[in-house]
Amino acid sequence: MNNKNCVNPRLNPGHSACAGCGGSIAMNLASRHFPEKTVMVNVASCWTVIGGAAPYRTLNFPSIHCAFASGAATATGVVYGLLARGDADSRVITWAGDGGTFDIGIQALSGAIERNLPFTYICYDNEAYMNTGIQRSSATPLFAETMTTPGQNFKHQSKKDFMEILIAHDIPYAATASIAYPEDLEMKVKKAMAVKGASVLHIFSSCPTGQGFAEKYSIKVARLAVESGVFPLYEYEARHYRINHEPTFEGLDTYITMQSRFKNMGSEEIAQIKANLEYKWKILKRKEKIYNED
Amino acid sequence: MREILKGNETLAYAVSQAKVDFIPVFPITPQTSIIEALAEHVQEGRMDAYYVPMESEHSVMAACIGSVSTGVRTFTATSGQGLVYMHELLHWTSGSRLPMVMGVVNRALAPGWNIWMDQTDTISQRDTGWMQIYVTNHQEVYDHLFIAYRIAEKVLLPVMVILDAFFLSHTMGELQVEETAKISAFLPDKPDIPFAVDFDNPRMLGSLTAPDEYMEYRYGIEHAFEEAKRHLPEIYAEFEKEFGRKYKIIESYEAEDAQVLIFLSGTLYETAYKTVNVLREAGIKAGIAKVRFLRPFFTEEIRALAAGRTQIIVFDRNFSFGKNGVFADEIKAALYGMDIPLQSVIAGLGGRDVTANTMAEVVRKTLRGELPEIYWEGEIYE
Repeated sequence: MNNKNCVNPRLNPGHSACAGCGGSIAMNLASRHFPEKTVMVNVASCWTVIGGAAPYRTLNFPSIHCAFASGAATATGVVYGLLARGDADSRVITWAGDGGTFDIGIQALSGAIERNLPFTYICYDNEAYMNTGIQRSSATPLFAETMTTPGQNFKHQSKKDFMEILIAHDIPYAATASIAYPEDLEMKVKKAMAVKGASVLHIFSSCPTGQGFAEKYSIKVARLAVESGVFPLYEYEARHYRINHEPTFEGLDTYITMQSRFKNMGSEEIAQIKANLEYKWKILKRKEKIYNED
Repeated sequence: MREILKGNETLAYAVSQAKVDFIPVFPITPQTSIIEALAEHVQEGRMDAYYVPMESEHSVMAACIGSVSTGVRTFTATSGQGLVYMHELLHWTSGSRLPMVMGVVNRALAPGWNIWMDQTDTISQRDTGWMQIYVTNHQEVYDHLFIAYRIAEKVLLPVMVILDAFFLSHTMGELQVEETAKISAFLPDKPDIPFAVDFDNPRMLGSLTAPDEYMEYRYGIEHAFEEAKRHLPEIYAEFEKEFGRKYKIIESYEAEDAQVLIFLSGTLYETAYKTVNVLREAGIKAGIAKVRFLRPFFTEEIRALAAGRTQIIVFDRNFSFGKNGVFADEIKAALYGMDIPLQSVIAGLGGRDVTANTMAEVVRKTLRGELPEIYWEGEIYE
């Protein structure tokens, strides 16, 4: 069922996201390329609320809200239920935030991709538990402030390397993506939907409310995250790494000073971020090279 | 056809005939032989179902919620820690009005680490909106798997079929099993869930529900339980017509002229046949009644059975700390205003054996007025 009056017929007009919400942009861009028969499993996150309180519904495909920890497990049941119904051409998509993916939902996600469940899991990552009012997750970057890591107790741990966790499962296809690079995102959504097994997308979705910048800068912040090297755009496909975008490695200072969650970072912290970035990109490029040596 | 099977194998055998389409599983002693038997049924082609070992019980129940939401008949089994790990999602299943059946083999909760018989696991889930059926022998296990699917799918509620650890799950018993074709006539091919996933009519299930609407959903669940109380006797009547076995909401033995009526659940009821015989030989007019349904709770039937007795005794193989054994607590509440003395006996926790003679001695002590209001059998009073 589609809303023919909308640019994106998979969505009805209206939703209750914050102005400038990266998660709503992610859904708008990604859902254009969902197959005709899509069932979404909505994990507890901002999108529990964004898509409308009963009886309103933004999404024009069947969706099932599920408990926080259970996104990939609920999807497992939907996949097998549809197969039992004789339906082999629908796609089940779990749509979750970083909280429901990196932390409480990781057991179920690991299980589903270990079984190579034929589904797509999309994590829209705003780098904290935003729906409950900005608390730290393991996706929150080093030195970021949140309500549970305030002031000088800013986060002292690095962001979990989510792609590496997926790759450790020998997943058929996983990719990072960004709301500021829509063509790249579109290409990856299409690939993910076509995988005859598990596929995971990790979409950087900036959040003005939780990251601390004016709503009009959502895309700019997302672009700077990629261009500074903080958020690499790459794929892992059939046991190969592929870096999709060579960043300029410029704008890290602007990226940091634009967001009030980084306001307590001093020059020492910024230097450490730069060093971490250099290391991460060195290793990523090595991996791309080594995995291509067949 | 007559068969001799272990309790767990009996339940699995029934599932293999029930046109179940999806079985997500996670093992835990002492239910594991249920899911292992099901693995074999599927592998050897005796049933056509998707069988999926998953990474935890919480994930198993999430998968059940997912599959039943697509309108597909689903089964799983668990015990003890596994059941309580599912707790959050037990509320979710009933709140979503998803019909399914889960076999639960009662197991003591840790700590201490104990794999043996204790009802506290299922008792502690009695508020989750699941129907609870405590079965006591092999025939009852088999028959109630089908009855459970019938009532679940009739009123759109999830149902637990509950067996005693080891005393029923791992003992062999004789039973009559039916031809699969006859079972198929009793069970619809698939559940009819009006809000199941439909691509032509997309719905969003379980979204934000404000205070001005939530209570109506909760009342809906209770309404379903009231409907279940109405439909269960009808389903029993239909079952008797099809298969020749008669079930009553509350079974009893020697209860008609009993002055002392003892309420029991689980295999203690089966053991207590001997207790009644021993007491009657000694001139005590005792009778027993089996509480099979904890939810829904058949208050009227219990009141009717208790009327006119001089002493009620309730055995509980569970406890709700700070209050009482739960069957006693609920029966006492049901008998409000009837003014019959009720002796609460806590026995057999953690698989401790309870013999027929022990129960007879408890009855004698009760009648001599020697016991405190809540008596822990086997406890040493200082």
